Amino acid sequence: MTMKKNWWKALAVVIMTYVIWVGLVGTVPRQPILNESIRNVYFHVPLWFSMLILMLTSMIYSIRYLRNGRLDDDHISVEFANTAILYGILGCATGSLWASITWGDPWPNDPKLNSVAVGMLMYFAYLILRNSFDDELRRARISAIYNIFAFAVFVPLIFILPRLTDSLHPGNGGNPAFGKYDMDNGMRMVLYPAVIGMTLLGVWMTQLRVRLRRLRDRLDNVNNPLPKAHSTAE
Amino acid sequence: MEQIRVLIGKEFRLEWRQRYALNGMLLYIVSTVFVCFLSFSLRRNQLTPMVWNALFWIILLFTAINAIAKSFVQERSGRLLYYYTLISPQKIILSKILYNTLLMLVLASLGFGIYTLVMGVPGQEMDMPLFVVNLLLGAIGFAASLTLVAGIASKAENSATLMAVLSFPVVIPLLLMLIRVSKNALDGLDRSVSLDEIGTLLAIDAIVLVLSILLFPYLWRS
Repeated sequence: MTMKKNWWKALAVVIMTYVIWVGLVGTVPRQPILNESIRNVYFHVPLWFSMLILMLTSMIYSIRYLRNGRLDDDHISVEFANTAILYGILGCATGSLWASITWGDPWPNDPKLNSVAVGMLMYFAYLILRNSFDDELRRARISAIYNIFAFAVFVPLIFILPRLTDSLHPGNGGNPAFGKYDMDNGMRMVLYPAVIGMTLLGVWMTQLRVRLRRLRDRLDNVNNPLPKAHSTAE
Repeated sequence: MEQIRVLIGKEFRLEWRQRYALNGMLLYIVSTVFVCFLSFSLRRNQLTPMVWNALFWIILLFTAINAIAKSFVQERSGRLLYYYTLISPQKIILSKILYNTLLMLVLASLGFGIYTLVMGVPGQEMDMPLFVVNLLLGAIGFAASLTLVAGIASKAENSATLMAVLSFPVVIPLLLMLIRVSKNALDGLDRSVSLDEIGTLLAIDAIVLVLSILLFPYLWRS
């Protein structure tokens, strides 16, 4: 029973152990400039992939909330967004570390970096928007609308704009994609599982936070059995 | 269609009755341009096209945010509720976006006129038609994205700060494209260079328009 329900957590642990182990001690191709820092591919790149997956899931739950109005969907949506923000910050940190070694500057003026910074601003604005409402239902509805809007603007920002300009990142501005020249099959065997593992880990974190939120809600209801006076103005 | 026409007529009348708001916006853009002019110590010849262009779009961005922020707070909530019982929400948002586009065009052309008057035009071979098309696309994009954000912000308490915080990141992709195309126009580059950017601009405009129309019905219900 528990195994049936929780197999994916075991999978996440196994995959992440494998990724960290092989990522740190496995053999990697020797590249000029990149040297050993190429191992960051296993951590930096999957963080972005899973951040996008988490943001997409957050948006899907926002759409679900708008369609059926279940407050639980809103809780799930905001926690997915929170995890995505955490991944975004970690992605910036690993990227910055990597950039300072290979490009000689912790924050080079690169369209992809700037796009991500703007995207992070969007999600911080989302959190601020949430905090400016007292009424739970209003907060859920309006922040769901902004969440959908922000994601829809974020996608062209991060996928289309950097490809139109010169970028230091592989696959942008006429640079060939990573896989074409310096990624061998051995690296792929780590990178793809890493994406899956990171995403599962993110889902796990989100699940725990959602449960915490539900418990807090229930505690609130137990402590104040009377319905809260919501501002119903407008 | 008839309903949208009536609604736009209503917006115009509303604006006319509250002329101080419109006059305020016109004065806002004029004085902002003048402040920029004075800040550069009147040495306009030293302005590179790059700076000229970026400054122009930043002025327009702030004007747009200020002008569009008021589109939902001008009317009493009771009256809004009355409209909602009469007409479908899609028509309301569409009429507001159309009206705001027109408003943006008026503000942008006035701003452009004064800006070129005091700051001059850098570069002689400016591609005027491309610049105007770009201005038009910008007006549509600003109106579409900012109208929805104004609707969101008007539901919260301190809507002025929220309006800025929510709208800056959302309009940045649009702004970047606009700045790039207008730089190309300013330098008089061949138009085929800007085709990619124009396509992206159209796509962003379409995305924000469609999303505004899809999402607004949920917004007004709260």
